[in-house]
Amino acid sequence: MDLSLIREEFPLIAGHPELVYLDSAATSQKPKRVLEALDRYYRELNANVHRGAYRLSVAATEAYEEARRRLARFLNAEEREIIFVRNTTEAMNLVAYAWGLRNLKEGDEILVTEMEHHAGLVPWHLVAGLTGAKVKAIPLTEEGRLDLSALDTLLTERVKVVSLVHMSNVLGTINPVAEIAKKAKAAGALVVVDGAQSAPHLPVDVKALGADFFALSGHKMLGPTGAGVLFGRYEVLEGMMPFLGGGEMIREVHVDRSTYAPPPGRFEAGTPPIAEAIALGEAAQYLMEIGMERVFAHDRALLDYALKRLAEVPDLRVYGPMGPDRGGVIPFTLGRLHAHDLATFLDEEGIAVRAGHHCAQPLHRKLGLAATARASFYLYNTFEEVDRFVEALLRIHTRYRAWL
Amino acid sequence: MGESMSVLDELYREIILKHYQSPKNFGVLPQATKVAGGMNPSCGDQVEVMVRLEGDTIADIRFQGQGCAISTASASMMTELVKGKKVAEALELSRRFQAMVVEGAPPDPALGDLLALQGVAKLPARVKCATLAWHALEEALR
Repeated sequence: MDLSLIREEFPLIAGHPELVYLDSAATSQKPKRVLEALDRYYRELNANVHRGAYRLSVAATEAYEEARRRLARFLNAEEREIIFVRNTTEAMNLVAYAWGLRNLKEGDEILVTEMEHHAGLVPWHLVAGLTGAKVKAIPLTEEGRLDLSALDTLLTERVKVVSLVHMSNVLGTINPVAEIAKKAKAAGALVVVDGAQSAPHLPVDVKALGADFFALSGHKMLGPTGAGVLFGRYEVLEGMMPFLGGGEMIREVHVDRSTYAPPPGRFEAGTPPIAEAIALGEAAQYLMEIGMERVFAHDRALLDYALKRLAEVPDLRVYGPMGPDRGGVIPFTLGRLHAHDLATFLDEEGIAVRAGHHCAQPLHRKLGLAATARASFYLYNTFEEVDRFVEALLRIHTRYRAWL
Repeated sequence: MGESMSVLDELYREIILKHYQSPKNFGVLPQATKVAGGMNPSCGDQVEVMVRLEGDTIADIRFQGQGCAISTASASMMTELVKGKKVAEALELSRRFQAMVVEGAPPDPALGDLLALQGVAKLPARVKCATLAWHALEEALR
């Protein structure tokens, strides 16, 4: 992959050579193609979808449905299994409410992990509170992997759903989802995968993973904010009641009752984020053209180089597993310096990192940390940027020695 | 980046370091009559402010919690400043402090050591760190 050419395609990156953007796990930058797709929709295609008797609406509908086909190819799913939502959070809530609320009861268990993002926890807490089901977690090992030795004991017949993150947004850990899904299925549980970090960075095949549901956010994979995807296995979607009610998702409506459209329309109430979904389709197409294996290989190369160079920084601690089961995410601390102060110092050096608990409080509690700083990579980052990052940390270490 | 470097130099000074590494009035106040907590859910920083009122005077005050240099130093200097003050005076100091760090109001000598946090006004991402303990104090006094 020719990196200098890739960077030229991202206006914010190309226009700000002073900026080292290391926060793609929070949101990615956008290539021109995606921005143009957004713009083109409003200039040339703007009409509501699925209802117009006129050609413009048919063209808008075709563009929206083409985006669905692209996302289906991206995940190796069927078109009818792709539901456009706002983001991973909304997708997880859709599953928790539309499936969980109607299928869980007192005594049932929801099995999550200690490394979940809050989006993979709080919707289940809410539904557990309404149904009487309990939330349990697969624990973490000290290296930041799932402790699978606990799985057989945890996976009782009371567990009706296993909901887990594919790749940790804090540690970068890539979980063996296929292996866990196989055991979950054997135990009769549904498998829900939070793919917010994996979909942008790894090749994903929802069939091979054995996922019943897989959620992603478009804005983390080069798309605009406001559009994400929930994949749902068709047989499961077919048996589900809607999440939100309104226009678009119905078959027949009377004053006192209604029947619902088949999936995926059943789960897309109201006017969808049409422009954003189309632009997300463009982002998925762009990533498929580059090849997700190459995207991951690039992230990994940057990660390996960064881990090697970061060892030069005294008092720096890096967390997360050191094996191949990890994506381009580096949580770190520098001496006793608080992550927020560290992020401020790095910002002054032009380096954008996140600081805090990254919406994963249980994980930080487990690590015994109040907060970490986090650097994360994507296809537009370079080895030279890793050097700038490391050199900035070395300067901060010297300059603020008294604070460490 | 020259100008902003000087903002950091101005902010991350000896006095902030001192309050960060050895905060004043840190720990539990057993005879507290008012207690309030503050939490910054985005970074996980948390603080608990404990006050012992005698009439409408803050006879004693302590805080505990965990936070960054700015939130810890702000809490530490706050306890030093408001101890012995009337409730109304403390609330007025809180208003003036927040005017300085939130709105960038000119430094007010009444804020004493807290003037060291003036530079926070130029770091919008850190304003919540500086005001965390003050919000808890206001809640405790209301």
